[in-house]
Amino acid sequence: MSAIENVSRRGFLKGVLSTGAFVLSLKVVPQSAWAAETNSNGTSAAFDAAVLHPDLFLAINTDGTVYIIAHRSEMGTTSRTSLPLIVADELDADWKRVKLEQAIGDERYGSQDTDGSHSVRDFFETMRVAGATGRLMLVRAAAQQWGVPEAECTTEPHAVVHKTSNRRAEYGQLASAAAKLPVPKKEELQLKRPSQWRYIGKGMPSYDLEALCTGKAVFGMDAKLDGMLYASIEHPPVLGGKVKSYDDKSPLQVRGVRQVIPIDPFTPPHLFQPLGGVAVIADNTWAAFQGRKKLNVSWDNGANASYNSDEYRKHLRETAHKPGKVIRDIGNADAEFAKGGKVIEADYYAPHLAHASMEPPVALADYRDGEVVLWAPTQNPQQVQDSVGKALGIPKEKVICHVTLLGGGFGRKSKPDYCVEAAILSKKTGRPVKVVWKREDDIQFDYFHSVAAMYMKAALGSDGKPTAWLQRTVFPPIGSTFALNNTYGGDGELGLGFSDIPFDVPNLRVENGPAENHVRIGWLRSVANIYHTFAVQSFANELAHAANQDSLEYLLALIGPDRVLPKERVAPNYGADYGQYPFDTARLRRVTELAAEKAGWGKRKLGKGYGMGVAAHRSFLTYVATVVEAEVTPTGNVVVHEVNTAVDAGTVVNPETLRSQFEGAAVFGNSLAMFSEITAKNGVIEQTNFHEYLVTRMNQAPKKTNIHIVESSAPAAGVGEPGVPPFAPALCNAIFAATGKRIRELPISKTNLGA
Amino acid sequence: MIHLKVNGSDRSFDGDPEMPLLWYLRDELGLTGTKFGCGMGLCGACTVHLNGKAVRSCSTSMDDAAGKNVVTIEAIAAHGLHPVQEAWIETNVPQCGYCQSGQIMQAVALLNSNKKPTDHDIDQVMSGNICRCGTYQRIRAAIKSAAKETA
Repeated sequence: MSAIENVSRRGFLKGVLSTGAFVLSLKVVPQSAWAAETNSNGTSAAFDAAVLHPDLFLAINTDGTVYIIAHRSEMGTTSRTSLPLIVADELDADWKRVKLEQAIGDERYGSQDTDGSHSVRDFFETMRVAGATGRLMLVRAAAQQWGVPEAECTTEPHAVVHKTSNRRAEYGQLASAAAKLPVPKKEELQLKRPSQWRYIGKGMPSYDLEALCTGKAVFGMDAKLDGMLYASIEHPPVLGGKVKSYDDKSPLQVRGVRQVIPIDPFTPPHLFQPLGGVAVIADNTWAAFQGRKKLNVSWDNGANASYNSDEYRKHLRETAHKPGKVIRDIGNADAEFAKGGKVIEADYYAPHLAHASMEPPVALADYRDGEVVLWAPTQNPQQVQDSVGKALGIPKEKVICHVTLLGGGFGRKSKPDYCVEAAILSKKTGRPVKVVWKREDDIQFDYFHSVAAMYMKAALGSDGKPTAWLQRTVFPPIGSTFALNNTYGGDGELGLGFSDIPFDVPNLRVENGPAENHVRIGWLRSVANIYHTFAVQSFANELAHAANQDSLEYLLALIGPDRVLPKERVAPNYGADYGQYPFDTARLRRVTELAAEKAGWGKRKLGKGYGMGVAAHRSFLTYVATVVEAEVTPTGNVVVHEVNTAVDAGTVVNPETLRSQFEGAAVFGNSLAMFSEITAKNGVIEQTNFHEYLVTRMNQAPKKTNIHIVESSAPAAGVGEPGVPPFAPALCNAIFAATGKRIRELPISKTNLGA
Repeated sequence: MIHLKVNGSDRSFDGDPEMPLLWYLRDELGLTGTKFGCGMGLCGACTVHLNGKAVRSCSTSMDDAAGKNVVTIEAIAAHGLHPVQEAWIETNVPQCGYCQSGQIMQAVALLNSNKKPTDHDIDQVMSGNICRCGTYQRIRAAIKSAAKETA
């Protein structure tokens, strides 16, 4: 997408009308600025009526109100605040006079797929250009009015000033005149120097903070339309299962139930298609839930009914012990292993995980005459357009997707199967339909984080350092969601903490073995980095102990001398340009040293049963090290007393967001390290709700988490995900330091740590 | 016919008496600040006050609520913001925010009965409320800050 389009008022309106003048008069209640009346571009009447439209993302009206489009989804990472904040900074606007409008799904905005921790990375320049364009137009308008050179004019928040003549004009006063000027070319813009930034690097709390604390924020669960019906769907308990029979009469006896509607099974591969099943349509959510209990569906479970987690684990482990597809091969690991000497081997295993965002999947759809309007907590509204369009056989342009706030996402809500269900049911009922997933549906029918087995092997030289290193990973890949018979990891999974291993080892081989999927596999916060970092950073710690060396010093030696790794060793590098985002081991070393220093590594005497563990990892182009101080009680309880995490994320727009995200990542990491596990028996997921799928509660959370930010002017990298991967290995290394017991399988709760 | 008071107003309900209070508040009254999280009283997202006590509205039937006084997040502050809400904003607690109505309702109930809660008290009372984003550290800090304000 070109960052600048001439979106003058006239051009803008023409664009609106040419899309068919499908003006939505629908209102989502509760009423809020979030979801007022909008036109087919998803913008409000106020946005459209503003006189100055310097850029797709920006409008300014004569009263000085600045409207900024938030085009990426808000699930707690403050994308919705932080990107517009960049526009406001370059515009030199007063944030208090900014109104945000959440974009509908529309490819004009570029990617809206809010995952992969790249909102700021990918849109930093686009946002700056939007703001700077507006600022230059306002400055030019003032200079013309005053008859002074443009270069003599400067801005202060929300006003242009000409100091020598002591003149000042508010943005609102200049907006009409500025609107008559041509939109400047990108080459004409002067972006601020970092020293001139008012908001970037200082940040702002979430635009929605007060609404989130008063119950006024509108999540997908809260969307409502007049005449709306509620749906709850009984899904096939096994992936690929089909309905054999069901009772379509009994549910209707439940007061409030109106209809029972079957949903077709998907055509493999499952992609983002609905799983199929039977929907109960009712006047309220409760009635729909109750009606479901009376469906008495009989299923043809199909081939995946053979899936049993215990057997599958054995199978993955066996595969991990066989030679696999070679992903990296540096030096000659086999020749080095053949020399004999001290060889260490270890197997690691990590289970499936469910996202379990606090808001279960939910979507509201209203289908009328070949067009459908949705309100959904989605990470990817353009994917909603695509998937819904395909399912309904209508062009994606006829799918209007409004994005509500998301009650958590973690990757689950970039897969719009639940939105497709709502659209199908709205079409079948002729009414707006809200599909509500129960927690049990959410946990049992997730796109699960992959189970994985890793085999690690190293030969140690006389100095205790590895002379050869072999590592294999085996997991059912995310690619299995998109293509049949996809059993090997994609670059995007292998490059997440495995093939990009930065260690300074002369002979290094990385392999990947095949694994078939039996459930839907998807990406979850930090994705394959979770299991890969668990294995790599735990194994590094095992080697340190085998070599009788301090584990921090050993890790620093593995990271090795400061250097930029060759591009081909790090590819695909999260899709980022390697010149801009090289893997600089000095930055990894620095965060490791900083986290250790702040934790008092080696400087403090720890209590009985206490241990400290360290792990360091670069993911989503951000360098992170975590030191965990944990206690293992005589009965085997694990208490995390302190977490110190050091982060180098390059340029940081919103430091408070970074702190929150990394504090939260420690809790998320604690869940998957300590308790969380999804298992299957005969193809059916055994966990259903929070009593079986355990996530961290306050009394189980780290007692204290300190985040240390490394100041950096490097390009902005990710913040939402990279805090997660180092936590589990740092905790397991701390447990080893405390007890001498090595955790090689997650969650830790499976191991009896009692004395 | 079930009669109850919701946020100061008299209400009556003639539907299924087994229906959880949560769905009455959300689907019938449009009070969507109270959230659905688990439906089993396991996560606390649906916490409201019933006669001044924090309860899980997903596991409180309309029958149980009959004749009682229900207060939701929408009416927790007499005017403007409740001190606990102010503390939440000051401490920048929420991430996604979905669980925070329930967290705030639970915290208000805690402070109503215990003006100066210790870390242990806070853990005991707040551990029924799950935050998947992991804002616990800030929740604890906000409760302490609100305790100071209201002391």
